[in-house]
Amino acid sequence: MAMKLHGHPLSPATHRVMACLEEKGVEYEFVHIHLSTAHHKESFLSLNPFGQVPALEDGDLKLFESRAITQHLAHTYADNGTPLVPQDPKERAIVYVWMEVESQRFDATAAKLSYELVTKPMLGMTTNDAVVEEHQEKLGKVLDIYESRLAKSKYLGGEVFSLADLHHLPIVSHLFGTKTKALFDARTHVSGWGAGILARPAWQKVVEKMKH
Amino acid sequence: MAAAVKVYGPPLSTAVSRVLACLLEKDVPFQLLPVNMARGEHKKPDYLKIQPFGQVPTFQDESVTLFESRAISRYICDKYANQGNKGLFGTNPLEKASIDQWLEAEGQSFNPPSSVLVFQLAFAPRMKLKQDENLIKQNEAKLAKVLDVYEKRLGESRYLAGDEFTLADLSHLPNGQYLVNATDRGELFLSRKNVERWWGEIASRESWKKSVLLAEMLNVCVSIEMLCLSGRFKGAFFCYSRLLHLMIFFSRVSTVLL
Repeated sequence: MAMKLHGHPLSPATHRVMACLEEKGVEYEFVHIHLSTAHHKESFLSLNPFGQVPALEDGDLKLFESRAITQHLAHTYADNGTPLVPQDPKERAIVYVWMEVESQRFDATAAKLSYELVTKPMLGMTTNDAVVEEHQEKLGKVLDIYESRLAKSKYLGGEVFSLADLHHLPIVSHLFGTKTKALFDARTHVSGWGAGILARPAWQKVVEKMKH
Repeated sequence: MAAAVKVYGPPLSTAVSRVLACLLEKDVPFQLLPVNMARGEHKKPDYLKIQPFGQVPTFQDESVTLFESRAISRYICDKYANQGNKGLFGTNPLEKASIDQWLEAEGQSFNPPSSVLVFQLAFAPRMKLKQDENLIKQNEAKLAKVLDVYEKRLGESRYLAGDEFTLADLSHLPNGQYLVNATDRGELFLSRKNVERWWGEIASRESWKKSVLLAEMLNVCVSIEMLCLSGRFKGAFFCYSRLLHLMIFFSRVSTVLL
């Protein structure tokens, strides 16, 4: 029985897992969860007690939290497709650091910007300009640190693409379609890194799939 | 010989104590070294070279230098897998996946609202900063929803990831400790039967009690220094006897260089 990814076509967290599945070349079935009703359904809550997407079903294993799912896939399918976590423990430790940077420093601010500039307009809601300005300033400071890092290292976690970079894909993709792209463009190494990861064939497959 | 593992930062920082608890669970000897945040040491160029976000802790183990407490904890469990609590990060891929899942839940769902509450209710008063009532209300509501999910989970499972204490539970200790012991919002935990039971078990672990003691000991040392500097030697002497009292409870003093 193929792996099932329970998700929503507009959910960045869902796209994060899809990016990983595509990099690994692993077959999966996409199950569209309707978020307005999901958190009332016991069947979905048994997959994710927080009533959120995504959730992964792989045989008897049920897993939620996109970054836990990607780590599971990266280890289980270490020999398939693109290596996403280094074998060497010291190199792996550095990837863990930048995975936490995405999770704890980048995402909080960048996801708020994505919500204001991409999601709200899609849902017919009004963007809050004050929130956008506040978070653009915060994101700018984070990207200054990324700029220094990427001047010394080809990718965030080291010299090769890893989960540390992959986890950024959904939100970076959203922000590149907004005025926030200017923050990336103003920083040479960040700009190159962002364009590079978005151009990856595996990510292009995710973009294609979500169009349909 | 000095321990190879060095942790930089004050143990009253939740992120620092997360790392200390992990090292103590794994029986890894370490040195705890100060970062003078009151004097802005964490914003100076030398420090920013290691931790570009200017935060604590930073961590060194021989040639490896790391930051971000959850990344450091993963590294410790990886490298020292065969000592101390061997199941802290699981002993097989399925266990590890479940632990990762609840570790992410801590980082993504529990940490944001609980961190705001810890800052607003425990730190802001000490720093003589004005509390933001709206922010407190909003984050209390968010945390309550998360703890409702935990309440259900902990009715089915002894600990978050399964039947054994893991890194996923450990990661909650620093914020939980402040909320339950240093604010009046402890009932968020204590009014939920299963959460209360779980909290009681994890907070009474040896490794956590030692981590809390370490923070208290360092606080007392700082008090002694300040009292001596201002010539209040009688007060300093009382603090010193308190310090000795605390050290008696800390059986691994020889592995920690203050």
